[in-house]
Formats: sequence, C-alpha cells, structure tokens
Amino acid sequence: MGFYTSPSFFIVLAALAIPAAACGVMERGLKAWGMVASAVMLAFLFGSSPAQAAAFALFVCVACTCAYATLASWKSGKKSMVVYRVCLAATIAPLVAYKVGAVFDQNILAFAGISYVTFKAVQVLIEIRDGLITELRPADYLYFLTFFATITSGPIDRSRRFMDDIRRQPTRAEYLDMLSRGMLLLLLGAVFQLVIASVAKYYYVPTRPLATPSIAYGIARQVANAYLYGIYLFFDFAGYSMMAMGASYCFGVRTPRNFRAPFAAVDIKDFWNRWHITLSTWLRDFVFMRFVRWATKRKVFGSRLSCACAAYMVDMALMGAWHGLTADYLAYGVYHGALLAATEAYQKKSSFHRRNRDRIWYRLLSWFITMQLVFFGFALFSGQLHLIVERIING
Amino acid sequence: MDKGMIEEQVIDLLADICDDDAVREERDIDLFDAGLLDSLAGIEVLVAIEEAFGVQIAPTEVERGDMNTVNKIIDRIAERL
Repeated sequence: MGFYTSPSFFIVLAALAIPAAACGVMERGLKAWGMVASAVMLAFLFGSSPAQAAAFALFVCVACTCAYATLASWKSGKKSMVVYRVCLAATIAPLVAYKVGAVFDQNILAFAGISYVTFKAVQVLIEIRDGLITELRPADYLYFLTFFATITSGPIDRSRRFMDDIRRQPTRAEYLDMLSRGMLLLLLGAVFQLVIASVAKYYYVPTRPLATPSIAYGIARQVANAYLYGIYLFFDFAGYSMMAMGASYCFGVRTPRNFRAPFAAVDIKDFWNRWHITLSTWLRDFVFMRFVRWATKRKVFGSRLSCACAAYMVDMALMGAWHGLTADYLAYGVYHGALLAATEAYQKKSSFHRRNRDRIWYRLLSWFITMQLVFFGFALFSGQLHLIVERIING
Repeated sequence: MDKGMIEEQVIDLLADICDDDAVREERDIDLFDAGLLDSLAGIEVLVAIEEAFGVQIAPTEVERGDMNTVNKIIDRIAERL
C-alpha cells in the first residue's frame, strides 16, 4: 500500500481517523489509539514484504537498545563516550548498509522510511549525550519511531516536541481546532500532490531525446523540462508533507511543516530555510553546528568565514549522500554546499551587497538568480544533466 | 562566581565575538535582529561560554529566543553555575 498515494491508504486513514476524532472529542485515549493506528498502518506498509518487516524490526531493536544503553550510561554518571559512539555507529549502520548496498544493486536491510527514521533515532541519541533527554518511556519512544503519519518520508519530527504532544491530551476545543486544520491540510496536500504535481509530471518528459529540429529548440525544451521537474518536485513533496501533517493533526501530533514558499527565496541560505525545512534544520542542528563547534574549539580554521564554508560543504555533502550514493545526488549536495559557502563569503565580504541588500531592484535580481541556481540544482538532482552530458559524449 | 563577574566576562566575550561595543550598553536588544550575531557567531558564543565558565549549552538546548539578548545570556549562565 503506497502511503498518501494509493486509494486504499486514504480509506484506511479515514477509518482510523474517525475513532481518533472520537477520542479527541471525549478528551481521552488519543495516544493509545494513535499507537494502535500506527500498528495497523505498519502492518499494511510492511505486510506484503516479510524482508522489509524484518529489516524494520531489526532497526527498531537496534535503535532501542542503543538509546537505552546510552541513557543508562548517562544516568549512572559514567557518561561513557565509547558507549555513545558505538551506539551511534550501530544506529546509523543499517542506513549506511542500505545506501552502500544500493550502489551495487543489493537490497541490504532496506525498508520504507529507513532514511527518515534513522534521523529520528540519531537525534534521540545525540540529545541523550547532550543531557537534554534524561528520561525516555519505552512506549513513547516506540510510538515516536513508528508513528505512521510521517514514517515513510517525514517531516522529520523531534522526540521532545513529539512527546510533549502525546503526553498532553488536548482539550476538546484544542483538538477540534487541530482536527479542522488537519483535514484542511489533507485536502490542500491532495490538491498539491494529486492535481498540480500530476499535471506538471504529465508535461515533464525526462527522457526527451536531444535530437530536435534545432539546437536552440533542444536547449529550450531542456530548460522547460528543468522548470517543470522543479515544479513537480515541489508540489509532489510539499503536498505529501502537508498530508502527513494533516494526518498527524488528526492524532493530536503537531508535526512541523516542511516548506514555506521556497520559490520566494531571495538567496540560497533563504532557500534552505524554506525547502525541506525539517531536513535542513536537522542537519543544521546536528551536523553544521556540531562541526562548527568542534572546529572552533580546536581552532582548525583561521577565520570564521572559512570555518563556515567548510561546515556548509560538510553539511550539504552529507545531505546529498543521505539522498543516495549516486553521482547525481552527491553532485547535488556538493553543488549546494558550494553555493551556500559562496553566498556566505559574498554576503560577508561584499560592500556592494551591504549597500544594496535592502533595495527592491537588488532583492528582485537576487531572487531571480537564486531561482535559476535552484532549478539548475533540480536538474542535477533529477539526473537530467547527467543524461544530457551522457548524450553529448555518446553523440 | 557572583552575577557581577559573570556579567563582566560575558560582555567582554560578546563584544569580542560581535566586534562591537554596542553590547556594553544595549543589554536587551535582540542581538540577531540587530545583526550583531548570526547562527555561526551564536555557536562561537556557546563555545566561549563553555571555555570561560565550564557551562556546556547544546545547540538544540535553547531556542534562539531564549538567548538573544545580553541579559538573557547572562541569566542562562547564572542559572547553570
């Protein structure tokens, strides 16, 4: 069953949301029902594939063992960095095995949502280490990892936020407000994904041959394709994300939003504050900031700027690798890392930028350039550029 | 360590990181809104606080709104010492 795509998913979702609404209105049992609903949905998700079900079960066992081993070490006051590092490596290992396996066409430990659930488990481990998580109820942690609404493709929620939501049964008025927002998000998301993205996809033909009446026509078609793909990607993923938020709201969970008008971004830094927000903020908090802190303490870089540039490269290269260990995704990551580093350097160094940054013409120009860079990035991401280069080389 | 000493050290380290003596006077302005700090300099502040006071503040421990003025930073350190 395809989550948020198959008709059967929406039928099951409706059937599970009605008792949830009853729990919400009666002000009791929302969390318990949410756990039952997640179990039902997971049975549909993994039911037809025993291999995926086993890989998922293994992952959950590893993540729980690691989280509780680290928590025990921190609670006892030992705070063993060896335990923490081994646990971190073990939690990431299935994702790495899966991504490396995919390079060699091997299906190792794969299950739907592995990339997203790994980020959730890693966040918990790191925050135990930081001393921010000092207690972790097993049922709540299990619910956090297996919450069906966001399991396949995010948004990537944070455990402390999620647990605040599920531990506090909302009042009837609060719940009804959430439910109505949830239904609106589900409907709007469906329009984004099933209508607008489908139309864009209909006109987007990724394998359109280069052999066209003229070179200019060929280039124009490729450019149009890149824009159509970008539009498709946004409406497809933003639509999915809205529906995932909407489904969460029905179960009393305020899953954070993933997109905030990304095509209104005036520079690349602004773009990453608006595009796949839960991924970019996760990477900001757990990779970028940690890298900067590590490098600052050891005085690895001569200046704040070079430290920032290196941190952007590490952050975005990891983002690319997380999408998959293919040339296209890795290039996409490095490309955005380089763009962010260049933006940072330009904004810090250029007096022209400082003088003009608030002027309308400058903002418009900056927006226009940003959009071209963003859509060029999508052409890398989709493999379109790869295809073009291959065709040129092969004639 | 009393609050006066914390204050003095925090202001010195902020003046150094922000490269601006405005922080000595304006103790309740939003340092991010005023353009005195960005997220990178914010991490430098956390590192400097750890080195000066031995107080570790994790990047995800506080919302930006909880540590965006000179006085809020001083309060946060005083709380933990």
